Amino acid sequence: MTTVSMTVNGKVVTHEVKNHTLLIDFIRETLDLTGTHVGCDTSQCGTCTIHVNNMSVKACTMLALQAEGAEILTIEGVANANVLHPMQQAFAQNHGLQCGFCTPGMIMTALALIKDNPNPTEEEVRLELDGNLCRCTGYQNIVTAILEGARAMRAQ
Amino acid sequence: MLSEFNYHRPESLDDAIELINTTVDGLFLAGGQTILPLMKHNLATPTDIIDLASIEELKGISVNDESITIGAMTSHTTVAKSQIVRDNFLSLAELAGAIGDPHIRNKGTIGGSIAYNDPAADYPAALLGLGATVFTNKREISADDFFVDIFETALEEGELIIRIDFPFVDCTAYEKFANPASLFALVGVMVSRNDSIVRVAVTGAGPSVFRINQIEKALEASFTAASLDEVPIKHADLNTDLHASAEYRAHLIKVLAARAVRKAANQLDQKAPHL
Ligand code: FES
Ligand code: FES
Repeated sequence: MTTVSMTVNGKVVTHEVKNHTLLIDFIRETLDLTGTHVGCDTSQCGTCTIHVNNMSVKACTMLALQAEGAEILTIEGVANANVLHPMQQAFAQNHGLQCGFCTPGMIMTALALIKDNPNPTEEEVRLELDGNLCRCTGYQNIVTAILEGARAMRAQ
Repeated sequence: MLSEFNYHRPESLDDAIELINTTVDGLFLAGGQTILPLMKHNLATPTDIIDLASIEELKGISVNDESITIGAMTSHTTVAKSQIVRDNFLSLAELAGAIGDPHIRNKGTIGGSIAYNDPAADYPAALLGLGATVFTNKREISADDFFVDIFETALEEGELIIRIDFPFVDCTAYEKFANPASLFALVGVMVSRNDSIVRVAVTGAGPSVFRINQIEKALEASFTAASLDEVPIKHADLNTDLHASAEYRAHLIKVLAARAVRKAANQLDQKAPHL
């Protein structure tokens, strides 16, 4: 067991973990933040996407101990209290989800893209989604939602 | 489920080497984008993980008169976005920016990629096609000697990659045909030319990255896509799997090499508008 400390959605958390604990299990089981999903556990689906030090990563492919001292943002930290983030609103308004399983990963991916590139083209959005799978929507409305969300964020 | 291990996060190179030499079956952890999936399947069961994340000597990109240097722990995203790399080796920046997906590129490192030598990884083609040199804690190893066989390199036990040097070339381009599901290269071809020397390295097609002598010779005679038309590509030793036959991979090598040559030759034209 090793003690690990990190900031998750603005709050410092410190816990003893087994060395082989994956970051996704730490977030879901230890912190009880179950908005971040596990679709494959093999680095393919991207439903587990979170931000670590402002970069998108797959939380299923990282040890909790690798996040020592890191700043973590999960889907639970995106909305402002009860007001949805413009990107979340854009997904709701543009039918960017059906079952919603992939959505937390899609939104975290979209936010990582927009940090670097506030005005992405449709092609850039599609490329950025290389690591995120959706089994419902056919992606069309996810792309529309991200472009719309980016526009709303620029307008803010 | 990963099996249990001891975890270390040394702050210096010396400490990391000392640790690996004292553990029973220790493993260096770079970005973890390959080793963690392997550990989940119990294909790797190290007694100790030595996380390299805190070692400053392994990070960073720099440039001098002859080459650029990339630290082993530099992520694919950092290489793809680096102005130094983009100015001097656009092909390398583009290659790094097309590895896997954005999340994997944020964690995966150049040192980790080449140490593993996956037969379909992109970086081995970059090192071999650009004539790079790998610097370890023990010695320097030319790319020609570094990649030995499938998942095998010249690295010995307790040997750690510190940095990779890429000597400047006149022009270079990388073209790959990615498997749309795995995003690995079905075939990838890195071409570079420096004075009269041409290097052509192929990944994804064989057990390990390799150079194609006949193509290099043809391009040294005439650096044009057309000069490849008559070059025969043997497919006897190439991979056949559910994604592509050896014949198809041989075909792709030629198509991709031709594309890369066109792209690289274009850079030469732009560099020398007076010609
Ligand atoms: S659960 Fe992490 S990529 Fe699928
Ligand atoms: S909405 Fe169901 S998986 Fe994307």
